[in-house]
Amino acid sequence: MSDVLRLSPLDEKHRDLGGRMVSFTGWEMPVMYSSIIDEHKAVREHVGVFDISHMGQLFLKGNDAESWLNRMLANDVAKLEDGEAQYTFILNDQGGVIDDLIIYRLAENDYLLLVNAAKIKEDVDWLTQHLEGDLRLENLSDDWAGIAVQGPDASEVYFKMTEGRTLPARNHLDDLSHMGHRMIVCRTGYTGEDGFELFCPASQASFWWSLIMDEGVAPCGLGARDSLRLEMCYPLNGSDLSPSRSPLEAGLGMFVALGKERFIGGDALRNQKEQGVSERLMAIQLCERGAPPRPGYPVHDMEGKLLGELTSGGLSPSLGAGIGLAYLPTDRVKVNTPVQIGIRGKYLPAKVVKKPFYRK
Amino acid sequence: MTAPDNCRYTPDHEWVRLDGDIVTIGITDHAQDELSDVVFVELPDLGDVDKASPVGVVESVKAASDIYAPLAGEVVEVNLDLVADPSMVNSDPYDGGWIFKMKIDDTSQYEALMDASSYTGIVR
Repeated sequence: MSDVLRLSPLDEKHRDLGGRMVSFTGWEMPVMYSSIIDEHKAVREHVGVFDISHMGQLFLKGNDAESWLNRMLANDVAKLEDGEAQYTFILNDQGGVIDDLIIYRLAENDYLLLVNAAKIKEDVDWLTQHLEGDLRLENLSDDWAGIAVQGPDASEVYFKMTEGRTLPARNHLDDLSHMGHRMIVCRTGYTGEDGFELFCPASQASFWWSLIMDEGVAPCGLGARDSLRLEMCYPLNGSDLSPSRSPLEAGLGMFVALGKERFIGGDALRNQKEQGVSERLMAIQLCERGAPPRPGYPVHDMEGKLLGELTSGGLSPSLGAGIGLAYLPTDRVKVNTPVQIGIRGKYLPAKVVKKPFYRK
Repeated sequence: MTAPDNCRYTPDHEWVRLDGDIVTIGITDHAQDELSDVVFVELPDLGDVDKASPVGVVESVKAASDIYAPLAGEVVEVNLDLVADPSMVNSDPYDGGWIFKMKIDDTSQYEALMDASSYTGIVR
């Protein structure tokens, strides 16, 4: 991969808005504009907009796409109607996570896969290796932009910016043309709020961004995106998910269809399900105000014995408390178990809590 | 970005203000703006410290950033108001957001620090 950071089609917009640009999985993206806490609260209370152009768009077409996808992905693609979305995984043979993604059924034998920026190449290589028949996988990640509008006021923003359109139902999409510009709008997100994700050719990104900004929507960076998803316990691949951890260990078994026909990683997961997982991704909340927990910080039991380490962590702006996720042994830790988080050699009291951290 | 003339500055973006043989230390407006959202300050322990030794940490939502002793001397006081309201580091970096005070023996080392215009030059 080249060392040169890729720029979003909205790069100039971010700079004009004073965005603090950082390197993220090969892209230069805004981590925030003025305050992560303010941006986080804007999304929880009103509405915010995120540039998600770094994410990957893979289009799959061809006969028998459904049954092929059902062998490649962990969830049951056959459950999708036209225009419906589903959270799912690409697994390796051991049941570990290569990527987590959202698949959209555009029409029969016509699918869109929305994948993580850092995994585009790996996903494409893996899927291409397994392609068969007349299936065609097209990686349009370079040509497409993405914008997420999230928050309780998101549907009103959509109504105004499109002069009267209403959003598709939750987890559904519309593939449409508005004022001559194609866009795919999905009622999905990564924040726990209502909202939509809009995908369009890169050349149209500024047009849509400006329409959204005209409605007074707060621009939000990757910092708020991370704190919002962490409050909901939505996993981040590369941090909370990895090729050596399965969706069952991550507590995401509801997105795995163990009862369907054979799929890659399925045998390993059925085995794991039978035996039970020895470690599970658990939610941990600090009991007192203090330094925010961060990825890599150790989690100890009350006797000081190491249990695991945080895969994600930070301050929850909604709760005003430090929160984090860690793989912890299921035989020793459950909800309400007191633990300690090591921060620069000090132990801070914490406990395991029920997911998610934040509820409306 | 502001950098008052009555302070000296370090390359680590700390300001230092001399009053008698006591210096007061905090992080600059530029530093607080870069960090944004300060949510916790780990205050220094009282006692003798070497120049450039890490003595505390400023934590924002985004990142943790060390605080260094800008000079050799003795830490004699810390700003306990920051325990309840660390965001003063953002809202009032040169006054209410001060972090600690040191007693120094040799004020010439203070004079050797950057003045406001030199500091403004390195962050521009």
